[in-house]
Amino acid sequence: MNFMTLAPSLFRKILAVALLAAPLCAPLVTQASTAVHLDRAPVNADDHESLQRGARTFTNYCLSCHSASYMRFVRMTDIGLTEAQIKDNLLFTSDKVGNTMTVAMRPSDAKEWFGAPPPDLSVISRSRGSDWLYTYLRGFYRDASRATGWNNTVFDKVGMPHVLASLQGHQVAVMRTEQGEDGKAHSVIDHLKLDKPGRLSPAEYDLLVGDLVNYLTWMGEPAAPTRSRIGVFVLLFLGIFLIIAFYLKKAYWKDIH
Amino acid sequence: MQNLLNWIDARFPLTASYKAHLSEYFAPKNFNFWYYFGSLALMVLVLQIVTGIFLTMHYKPDAAYAFASVEYIMRDVPLGWLIRYMHSTGASMFFIVVYLHMMRGLLYGSYRKPRELIWIFGMLIFLMLMAEAFMGYLLPWGQMSYWGAQVIINLFSAVPFIGEDLSTLIRGDFVVGDATLNRFFAFHVIALPLVLVGLVAAHLVALHEVGSNNPDGVEIKKNKDPVTHRPLDGIAFHPYYTVKDILGVVVFLIVFASILFFAPEMGGYFLEANNFIPADPMKTPEHIAPVWYFTPYYAILRAVPPIFGSQFPGVVAMGVAVVIFFLLPWLDKSPVKSIRYRGPKYKVALGLFVVSFIGLGILGILPATELYTWIARVLSLIYFAFFLLMPWYTKNDSHQAEPDRVTF
Repeated sequence: MNFMTLAPSLFRKILAVALLAAPLCAPLVTQASTAVHLDRAPVNADDHESLQRGARTFTNYCLSCHSASYMRFVRMTDIGLTEAQIKDNLLFTSDKVGNTMTVAMRPSDAKEWFGAPPPDLSVISRSRGSDWLYTYLRGFYRDASRATGWNNTVFDKVGMPHVLASLQGHQVAVMRTEQGEDGKAHSVIDHLKLDKPGRLSPAEYDLLVGDLVNYLTWMGEPAAPTRSRIGVFVLLFLGIFLIIAFYLKKAYWKDIH
Repeated sequence: MQNLLNWIDARFPLTASYKAHLSEYFAPKNFNFWYYFGSLALMVLVLQIVTGIFLTMHYKPDAAYAFASVEYIMRDVPLGWLIRYMHSTGASMFFIVVYLHMMRGLLYGSYRKPRELIWIFGMLIFLMLMAEAFMGYLLPWGQMSYWGAQVIINLFSAVPFIGEDLSTLIRGDFVVGDATLNRFFAFHVIALPLVLVGLVAAHLVALHEVGSNNPDGVEIKKNKDPVTHRPLDGIAFHPYYTVKDILGVVVFLIVFASILFFAPEMGGYFLEANNFIPADPMKTPEHIAPVWYFTPYYAILRAVPPIFGSQFPGVVAMGVAVVIFFLLPWLDKSPVKSIRYRGPKYKVALGLFVVSFIGLGILGILPATELYTWIARVLSLIYFAFFLLMPWYTKNDSHQAEPDRVTF
């Protein structure tokens, strides 16, 4: 057997198997819990105006029940707000800018009211994913069988009422019949129809939710923009280092035959 | 300067050690791609220890604060996110490097006489590394940390007679809780790293005693210069392999940095989405999968059907699947070491083994459906057949004559 032939070819085979296999299992992992189609969230951590609008929606609508207890208000200086702006527009009166986003509701009360305490939202974008949140917040529909009167396309029997209903309006589910895997006919949701308009048009509401999800995504990892910015320089450095290391090795090895 | 060196050398073998392990340690000159992963593994170990020290300065091993303290590191500690991602990416990269390092051993027969002890120390390192990774994964105290630990510790309760007491002893409680977190922290930050460092030292001392193998599997010590007594095909580790390993380190760091800075979750394989939900003993996640580097063994565990309602046979199979590597030096009866001179039987066997290992790794991630379980059973049989039939197929295999000197 010729030198350098078998081992690299074996390695190539292994690599090929691994590369072929990766896409097979990747979607199954990320979407293990959701069979529903998810809409793509318009996430852009560089769009500070969108993040600021999202922050306002978040503090106005979410923060009364949900905490974000690992997130400090002052961190919003990262998205272009000044401490004074944060204090004047986004803080409750008793809070300080250095505080984390806690909530006054007692967990025991919350459990009684909603069936489960509302989850902390600090890293919700990292456990649920941005697309899930974007679809979820646009997926509420009227359901008389639920105590709150609301159900959700991606979170069946959700405990949370539709907090943004005054903005979006009321959606109802339009059903269709589908043959299930068991061969029986099932009634499934085909699409949602706007039954009673809210203060915002559907397009305006999508923008509002898009900004909110953008904010939630940023809040899940506020260091992310810094991370990718530093990463570019690290890779540039390593790229140059690679050239030096390559020629260094070559120079040292020139007398090895 | 020379006086200082003389003063030290009279009291400590500084120059002698430098010569023995670096400037006059002669390694074969024909190392290829596969020979980078030993030094890379050592570098990742150092990286994990150093980043671990900094994480320990801010992390709180307390069920009430652990999850929050990790987020504190990610948000409020300056460059804490960098240290944490280095540690989490490093954990997965450690296994990639170590699996490739072990693969090198299989390709070129690095475990064969006289390197049996190097292989055994290496396998002990692998075992300790698995324990280290498993215990470290509990520390962020997310849902996957919690339930992954719950599932694995419950395996011990499948041991007949003493199982329940054994698992209670490991947990320090009847469920995974604060006591478990504290003892896992103790093992993860001090007990196991100490053992690991000691084993790595033994691995290297044994290696430098007998000398490195090479892709041809021939002993370079057989051909020495009659005057200098240096191996003709050997080159000094320093500077030749130190500069060569720098090249390997840079390529590795490019891969490492690409993951760390641009995809630290690696699509949910390095950091699982469910682990961003704080541990909740009352809420079992619908799908519990261990981290990717344990999935081949997890698939073997699930592939073995319970006998009399006991999971114990599966647990034994999983344990044997890891421990069986220890026997390789004695299972392999081939007259040649390297795959370059082996016959088709070993090449096919090794190819099938690699396919079964990767296949089991993928199946261990997926939910166990009936079809997948049957595939896992077939692949598990191939996995074990590779080892158990090795004495037969290596003895009866054809082979080419090894060259006298290395090919370079």
